[in-house]
Amino acid sequence: MPAVSKGDGMRGLAVFISDIRNCKSKEAEIKRINKELANIRSKFKGDKALDGYSKKKYVCKLLFIFLLGHDIDFGHMEAVNLLSSNKYTEKQIGYLFISVLVNSNSELIRLINNAIKNDLSSRNPTFMCLALHCIANVGSREMAEAFAGEIPRILVAGDTMDSVKQSAALCLLRLYKASPDLVLMGEWTSRVVHLLNDQHMGVVTAAISLITCLSSKNPDEFKTCVSLAVSRLSRIVSSASTDLQDYTYYFVPAPWLSCKLLRLLQCYPPPEDGAVKGRLVECLETILNKAQEPPKSKKVQHSNAKNAILFEAISLIIHYDSEPNLLVRACNQLGQFLQHRETNLRYLALESMCTLASSEFSHEAVKTHIETVINALKTERDVSVRQRAADLLYAMCDRSNAKQIVAEMLSYLETADYSIREEMVLKVAILAEKYAVDYSWYVDTILNLIRIAGDYVSEEVWYRVIQIVINRDDVQGYAAKTVFEALQAPACHENMVKVGGYILGEFGNLIAGDPRSSPLVQFNLLHSKFHLCSVPTRALLLSAYIKFINLFPETKATIQEVLRSDSQIRNSDVELQQRAVEYLKLSSIASTDVLATVLEEMPPFPERESSILAKLKKKKGPGAVTVELEDGKERGELNGGGDRGGDAAIAASNASTPSPSADLLGLRSTAPVSGTTPSAGSLLVDVFSEAGPSATSAGVNDDGFLSSAPPTVASEDPAPPLPESDELLNKFVCKNNGVLFENQLLQIGIKSEYRQNLGRMYLFYGNKTSVQFVSFNTTVSCPGELQSQLNVQTKTVEPLVEGGAQVQQVINIECLTDFIDAPLLNIKFRYGGALQNISLKLPVTINKFFQPTEMAAADFFQRWKQLSQPQQEAQKIFKASHGMDTEVLKAKLLGLGTALLENVDPNPENYVCAGVIQTKAQQVGCLLRLEPNAQAQMYRLTLRSSKDTVSQRVCDLLAEQF
Amino acid sequence: MYISHSSLSLLPSAPAIQIRFILIQNRAGKTRLAKWYMQFDDDEKQKLIEEVHAVVTVRDAKHTNFVEVRQKDLLDAMSFRNFKIIYRRYAGLYFCICVDVTDNNLAYLEGIHNFVEVLNEYFHNVCELDLVFNFYKVYTVVDEMFLAGEIRETSQTKVLKQLLMLQSLE
Repeated sequence: MPAVSKGDGMRGLAVFISDIRNCKSKEAEIKRINKELANIRSKFKGDKALDGYSKKKYVCKLLFIFLLGHDIDFGHMEAVNLLSSNKYTEKQIGYLFISVLVNSNSELIRLINNAIKNDLSSRNPTFMCLALHCIANVGSREMAEAFAGEIPRILVAGDTMDSVKQSAALCLLRLYKASPDLVLMGEWTSRVVHLLNDQHMGVVTAAISLITCLSSKNPDEFKTCVSLAVSRLSRIVSSASTDLQDYTYYFVPAPWLSCKLLRLLQCYPPPEDGAVKGRLVECLETILNKAQEPPKSKKVQHSNAKNAILFEAISLIIHYDSEPNLLVRACNQLGQFLQHRETNLRYLALESMCTLASSEFSHEAVKTHIETVINALKTERDVSVRQRAADLLYAMCDRSNAKQIVAEMLSYLETADYSIREEMVLKVAILAEKYAVDYSWYVDTILNLIRIAGDYVSEEVWYRVIQIVINRDDVQGYAAKTVFEALQAPACHENMVKVGGYILGEFGNLIAGDPRSSPLVQFNLLHSKFHLCSVPTRALLLSAYIKFINLFPETKATIQEVLRSDSQIRNSDVELQQRAVEYLKLSSIASTDVLATVLEEMPPFPERESSILAKLKKKKGPGAVTVELEDGKERGELNGGGDRGGDAAIAASNASTPSPSADLLGLRSTAPVSGTTPSAGSLLVDVFSEAGPSATSAGVNDDGFLSSAPPTVASEDPAPPLPESDELLNKFVCKNNGVLFENQLLQIGIKSEYRQNLGRMYLFYGNKTSVQFVSFNTTVSCPGELQSQLNVQTKTVEPLVEGGAQVQQVINIECLTDFIDAPLLNIKFRYGGALQNISLKLPVTINKFFQPTEMAAADFFQRWKQLSQPQQEAQKIFKASHGMDTEVLKAKLLGLGTALLENVDPNPENYVCAGVIQTKAQQVGCLLRLEPNAQAQMYRLTLRSSKDTVSQRVCDLLAEQF
Repeated sequence: MYISHSSLSLLPSAPAIQIRFILIQNRAGKTRLAKWYMQFDDDEKQKLIEEVHAVVTVRDAKHTNFVEVRQKDLLDAMSFRNFKIIYRRYAGLYFCICVDVTDNNLAYLEGIHNFVEVLNEYFHNVCELDLVFNFYKVYTVVDEMFLAGEIRETSQTKVLKQLLMLQSLE
């Protein structure tokens, strides 16, 4: 029986670890570590050659220090030396150090690759595995370039040991994921697929991951794997629980391999070959049958392993979605789990059933579990389980059970966790709309939502209820009556006031016949809420008041009185004041006819995709929304009128369609923002009367992305660079990788590398939404002078970016001569019909072409003196905007691309650096000195180079970094 | 994850099983093993470690062993939100595996247990200190059982035999 004692083999290491553990404080720990680092440094620098054991011990200590969270800046060479040791333990520590502290130092990579190469050809399986594990752990492009050709050979060679094959398969998978262009399976394809037949189950377990990945990318080339996988699965499933010996886990034969096989099959449609399909269906039935058998062990490991296979089988059944019998059986099985005492199983059953609900074959079967699911929503202790229950109720909802489900969800909302309330509100709103047979139920539901969870009712939700009420005249009277009643409550949510104000302003006349809701009563009711509301709501109410003047001439005097009061007409909020002034003027000078035209009832809204649904999709991410609101019939019903939503705002006379009354009132000059901002993101701002700046930004903020886009969103010309693009550029002066830009829709990541005067940049565009981007197009341009200074080449990207997908673009850059500006990147695409147009500066700065230059103090000062002409020097004195931590400063200076020279400046607080900027036309030597003054929190930065523009530019760039 | 090459093959369409990382932490949040299968920079790693600790330690036996991480909960850089953490607690240690949201929860849950049983056998009733003093051996055990973010070997007998063989080498 293998057992190891504490730190066996390396006493010094164990002592050191004990010391660290005994440190009473962080300071003590740091002190101990620094002592150790000094010791190791002196050993490595010493004249006496270290033996392998000592080297291993010290490298292992360095690794331990690094894992404690401290930086390690030496020892890499010693670790690389260990790789060529012929002792396993030394080699292992060397490889571990390399794997954990990958260093992109090109010189080392060459040495590392050399050692790996030797080990791969050593025919020693232990060494081969170590080398393969190192490649699999690092997975860099350099390694892919060096070994992608060799590893497939090792994988399929007849004399390769099983354990080496396992490692080779997964190593290849890692390289394929990192650099698919370098891993060419071609001639190996069929031999790799046949690894599914390998006698050694471990080889199959490892190889199947590789095959699954390759199949998902090239299904046709690998389709022979289907029949092999089915027969392998069949052999496992039909075996007795003890047949597979080593691979039996708590009486379950090869559970992980079974799951992997079932998952591989999910890359393909059901097998066409009848015999294969028959065999597979038999397997799936056997798996379902086994779930009903009494357990062979009471241990949870047994049932977990068994159920892991069962859930994977159900996933495959759902993926095929073609076997009604299996689907219904799966559903019944999951139904049993819904009441299981294991929380894990209840959770997984709810999750899995959610996908079953969308299959036509099993939808009805899922619905039979409604009571259990409702119960789960009410009683589960784990919020994530309740969340799944809510998801499932949403997925199983249809016309027959909508009222019950919506009612349950509403009552759950009263106690729901804050974290899921907003999503619940969206779901209730969508279901209520989708399955509304009579719209009074719909109106009641939304008003209930506002009552119960008003804070979580987003604008989309209350915009939507207004849209629907306006588009359906059969519900308008009911809506007016209901909001009127709801507003009677002593404390009602502001969203209720908004809906109430809007609806009474439009349809208050429909209930005005009843003396209990006479015009004046309505007005007084609304106005009693006025002072408690925020500015946008007050603005909305003012619009409702002017509408009242048109609807009920008898209220005119009262309302004019209100408008005329100092608190309105002299309100400190410019929007409220403007509305009060304008409405007052409008009501006094416009004739009844003009007034009636201007304040006419809102026209029906053009029907678009429910913005609520769009919002839910955004919240839940790709694939999460299973119920689509694409019911054509309902859309027809809702879509009551023509496409003229944008022209009827009352006060916000659109600048593009000037009307005489607007001119009369001088609205265009005083409210230039109204109506000019395209409101692609929100449904109502364009039609809605609260069109001042506050309303516009409220509507737009909700869709986030518009607020960060320039006002020219609808233009086809490249937008001007974002205001923050200089700041984004500065973020990348000292680093090459990271996120360049991100908004609600899009994330742009960057990876770049530079050699000499050449650079290559990888841009990764990630679609964060669940909706595809169409006409996706990116261009890189060099404005003005830059054209002759940089040579930038790129390939176009695919015009479609699926929801949740990421596309890559490679940009090749050649620096012809020194430059100042940055290339512009313009991204254009359509998202849900709206054109997105974003321009950014690509973080290509002159310092990227630095080659570090090491030099001694004497050389430095000599060159410094040589560059003594005034124009060769650029200097800045500036305040520190970040901490003045030494390590951070060093990292930034190294990130700049120069060599950081130690022991040059007589003052150890200062930093000096040297480098040569490589351009095609010339090389520009650069010397740098940074003098921090910790007391004053200031820096002085001095740059000297043979070219004045370079000194200035590097100085400017770097001054922004500290 | 935004820029790593490996994330390119993690698009929702590809049913790539992949472990993003394996973490062993104690109740106080000290990391006893961190094995990364995707490229993260040091800040991201630190943030992930802290957030995993925060979400896992508040859960009790009535909770599931799965934490689906929602947007904004964890790193912005991983905002595609298609991953979850599957964890199991052994005495004072939490073993956590971060996988794709579509991955098989129970298979990884038992994957953790299988790994723990191997450690237990290898270290003869494993305890937290074994992992501290023999951290470099734990990496070897991990590499035997999980490689490139995939399950490499599941047979305890085979893994232990291999570890015993390596142990005998100088």
